[in-house]
Amino acid sequence: MKSSYQENFLTNLYATMFRIREFEEQVFELYKIGLMPGLAHLYIGEEAVATGACATLEDKDFIGSTHRGHGHLIARGADTKKMMAEILGKKDGYCKGKAGSMHIVTLDKGILGANGVVGGGIPIATGAAYMAKIKDTKQVTICFMGDSATNEGSFHESLNMAAAWDLPIVYVIENNLYGISVGLKRVTKVADLSERAKAYGMKGLSIDGNNVLKVYETVKEAVDYAREGNGPTLIECKTYRHKGHHVGDPGLEYRSREEEDEWKAKCPLICFKEALLKEKKTTKKAIADLETSIVQEIKEAVEFAKNSPYPDPSEAFEDIYS
Amino acid sequence: MTQDKFKEITYAQAVAEAIDEEMARDENVILMGEDVGIIGGNFKATVGLRDKYGDWRVKDSPISELGIVGLGVGAAITGLRPIIEIMFSDFMSLGMDQIANQAAKIRYMSGGQVKVPLTIRTTIGGGRSSAAQHSQSLQAWVAHIPGLKVVVPSTAAELKGLLKTAIRDDNPVIFMEHKMEYNKKYSVPVGEYTIPLGQANIVNEGDRLTIAATSSMVMRSLEAAQELAKDNIYVEVIDIRTLVPFDKQTIIDSVKKTGRLLIVDEGHLSFGVGAEIGMKVMEDVFYDLDYPMMRLGTEDVPFPFSPALEFPIIPDTKKIYQKSKEMARQ
Ligand SMILES: Cc1ncc(C[n+]2csc(CCOP(=O)(O)OP(=O)(O)O)c2C)c(N)n1
Ligand SMILES: [Mg+2]
Repeated sequence: MKSSYQENFLTNLYATMFRIREFEEQVFELYKIGLMPGLAHLYIGEEAVATGACATLEDKDFIGSTHRGHGHLIARGADTKKMMAEILGKKDGYCKGKAGSMHIVTLDKGILGANGVVGGGIPIATGAAYMAKIKDTKQVTICFMGDSATNEGSFHESLNMAAAWDLPIVYVIENNLYGISVGLKRVTKVADLSERAKAYGMKGLSIDGNNVLKVYETVKEAVDYAREGNGPTLIECKTYRHKGHHVGDPGLEYRSREEEDEWKAKCPLICFKEALLKEKKTTKKAIADLETSIVQEIKEAVEFAKNSPYPDPSEAFEDIYS
Repeated sequence: MTQDKFKEITYAQAVAEAIDEEMARDENVILMGEDVGIIGGNFKATVGLRDKYGDWRVKDSPISELGIVGLGVGAAITGLRPIIEIMFSDFMSLGMDQIANQAAKIRYMSGGQVKVPLTIRTTIGGGRSSAAQHSQSLQAWVAHIPGLKVVVPSTAAELKGLLKTAIRDDNPVIFMEHKMEYNKKYSVPVGEYTIPLGQANIVNEGDRLTIAATSSMVMRSLEAAQELAKDNIYVEVIDIRTLVPFDKQTIIDSVKKTGRLLIVDEGHLSFGVGAEIGMKVMEDVFYDLDYPMMRLGTEDVPFPFSPALEFPIIPDTKKIYQKSKEMARQ
């Protein structure tokens, strides 16, 4: 850990990861008691990726998200109350109950949107980067995607254009080894997905996605590179989802308990907390206080969501056209 | 259009003029597509624009329909007003996720926070032996999706006014140009004008039969109307102009007067534009009808290559004339 890191910066990273974890645990609870309509794809286990990556951005920048998007939005500073209300289909949600977990779209905080279509957000994020390029706004876009999205045509078409035109964008792959039940190895020959960058004339890097500082440092360099007008980078973050594909999936048939245990031992929160304590960047007491306050914040988000009314049926006919 | 000065230009030139005027008016308007730049488009409809506005605003893209439509969506929601060209409407299939699931839905999913000022220009129409993959008129595909607007202009004058409005619209608009029209000359008003979306246009007045048509079928219907007039059958021809939003009232008012409705659209017949328009107006005109509503469209077969096979399956002036004559019987 670089000695130049301020304590505040480091504890903020931990706070964001913990906020995502706690938010997701509560979403799971709401699902189990039948309060959440539909499904949600939990980010538990992958918190270091969104947290490290979004910490590199300025307020004016953009992120493109995925179906597993809660972590990206929280790391970008989205309002957990409005997120939770949206996930319950309530009127006070970010999108007035029209999006749910998988499709939250809001330009608040430069969030270009979660996306229900695997790979669907990649060209859109690339378009935001095109805007920034031709308007010379110095805005950078981070485009998150799962490992499986790299097998969609949208990945190829977008990365090719971004490289050809030196667009200010950083593509961040969250390689959690699976697309639902299908192990990446069974459908993809390359072991490091960042190798694909070469095909586009782009720099590609594969890193430990459970190490929040490693993610931060790698993405930071790519974001600076993009902001200076040098073009895109592809960064593969190796990580793992602790739960099933979505809240109803026990995730038992397609992966082994040993594999799960191995990755859970590399939990990004535990590892980072231990490192912070070991290097005396914070105290047990400070961490405990932080956690208590975040637990309280998420509790309030849940209460807010529960108390928010459902939208009126007539609202289904609103917001189609501007 | 209240202009009294007109000039003769081609349909392709009308496209270029509309885009040129809008690019000059608003620096956020950009054009991207395959071959739109250096050579001015596969149909020469964007000639001169790259020279005038530069490589970033008039961008030759890779052959990536999904990528460029999606790029257009992302650029639109972050402040640009992109015009994306898909060379043939048949190739909307490659970009369909971005058209139907992204462009059409993002505003709704955002609960109205986001605007998508995106125009997707594409081409429709058979008649040049382009066979099964370059001839279809796929307006029904997109008109089916809530969140998209769909424009099917007739003449160059109509095209120009409607395209300018489409570019200024804050919603995704699918703008369908008829590829057999590009080289035809039309009389186009001199100077600035726009035509609103959602207002059908009565292009010929009559009392015996209403023909509601789209795109180049408006011109074919007018030709048929001229022939029918010689037989003392006076046909009202309505240019539908836009499928979404759809102006139902103009058709209803006309059919209440004529008692007969023929719908002509070059898309395939089944589950198509004709069927939908018929049902849309049915409940208002049923008791005014003197003859069952009829429709003409392309037969339900893939477009064949040979002219000997192709022309018989597409509606034309003669078929419109014959069908009208049959319907106009007292
Ligand atoms: C185009 C498309 N195909 C299939 C699906 C169904 N689906 C939802 S998530 C998913 C797996 C995605 O895997 P990955 O991109 O690795 O993301 P992860 O869920 O592992 O985070 C699939 C197949 C979809 N939503 N979109
Ligand atoms: Mg995956």
